Amino acid sequence: MYSQGLIGADGRTEEDEAFLAAFQARIDAEEKIEPKDAMPEGYRKTLVRQIGQHAHSEIVGMLPEGNWITRAPSLRRKAALLAKVQDEGGHGLYLYSAAETLGVTREQMTEELLSGKAKYSSIFNYPTLTWADIGTIGWLVDGAAIMNQIPLCRCSYGPYARAMIRVCKEESFHQRQGYEIVMTLARGTEAQKAMAQDALNRWWWPSIMMFGPHDAESAHSEQSMAWKIKRFSNDALRQKFIDATVPQAEFLGLKVPDPDMAWDESLNDGKGGYRHGPIDWDEFWRVVKGGGVMNRDRIKARRKAWDEGAWVREAAQAHAEKRAARRAGEDAGGKVAAE
Amino acid sequence: MAEATRLWEVFIRPRNGLSHRHVGSLHAADEVLALQAARDVYTRRGEGTSIWVIPSDAITASDPDHAAEMFDPTADKIYRHPTFYDIPEDVGHM
Repeated sequence: MYSQGLIGADGRTEEDEAFLAAFQARIDAEEKIEPKDAMPEGYRKTLVRQIGQHAHSEIVGMLPEGNWITRAPSLRRKAALLAKVQDEGGHGLYLYSAAETLGVTREQMTEELLSGKAKYSSIFNYPTLTWADIGTIGWLVDGAAIMNQIPLCRCSYGPYARAMIRVCKEESFHQRQGYEIVMTLARGTEAQKAMAQDALNRWWWPSIMMFGPHDAESAHSEQSMAWKIKRFSNDALRQKFIDATVPQAEFLGLKVPDPDMAWDESLNDGKGGYRHGPIDWDEFWRVVKGGGVMNRDRIKARRKAWDEGAWVREAAQAHAEKRAARRAGEDAGGKVAAE
Repeated sequence: MAEATRLWEVFIRPRNGLSHRHVGSLHAADEVLALQAARDVYTRRGEGTSIWVIPSDAITASDPDHAAEMFDPTADKIYRHPTFYDIPEDVGHM
């Protein structure tokens, strides 16, 4: 899962006109760019930042759901949630690998996450208060992520596009298992239905903020679109998500917490769509900048995992070195014996 | 900063009859851990029946900047392709 809104992208680049034009021609011809190909520094930096944020989001995204594994209401739910959280970890790893092909190291990226320098999707700075939140995250947060990730499968950078294809294949189960959880609650007792509605009330706005600022305020979108890192604008994807999700909420008998939400014939080139009310961007930026309920907890948990895992990494390294030394000794010994 | 663990490239054979195919990379201290990590990261849904892991630094790659010279001969030797030769239709399929 991930948000489309890349935080702090900077596509500035200093190559000469001819180089940039040749590169743009390759992009326009839908040629994929591969790791060792010549590329503008701005293209490389934008991708490092975007893929890094995406990877961190997958890893931090394990935390709000991991919080509920031991309290899942049945073995079936627990097995599914475990598998989903394991997938998020895997998605983080695919993405770190893709970023590493651009010359950044895993250690650098980990350090930037732990120091707070690197950002991750602000959605994960909200707490998961009830079991209904787990269903709602799968339905809305993974749903929004899929909306964003499907076009990324056609991103101009080969390793990122290939990672996204794997991620998308795996993620459709995430959304379906989430919707099923919410559906079960929505068809349950009054208290369960209220729990589902409460979760929708809390997750709706943060979910639609995942697509990032409005196009007019999205500073670096244009360059990302030209380089075909991004295929659709923030607002276009947000609209697509809303149009898909509002009927899903209606099916459940739940109400999207937006009093201004209304069908508007003029949207989507006259095909019609749901017009949403104003988004509270102050809240979005407050959470991005560290003012969310869970920002500190998330980084604390990642630091703890990193620090407490240090002995495992060191032991594995020591064991590998010991085995290598032993093998080298045997080889040398074998040679002597043969002579 | 932590010491970097070795980088490995992962290849998977989806099923017998097909060749191993590159699927991605991962970090691991040695080949035993690399294989286990490859299984966990890349075969959670029955993607394969066999895995290869190869240290990334053991791969020698051609230089994309020289791709034109390197692969040029394949384009201008059209006599390497069957359609270069005219055989009368009467001969039948060949």
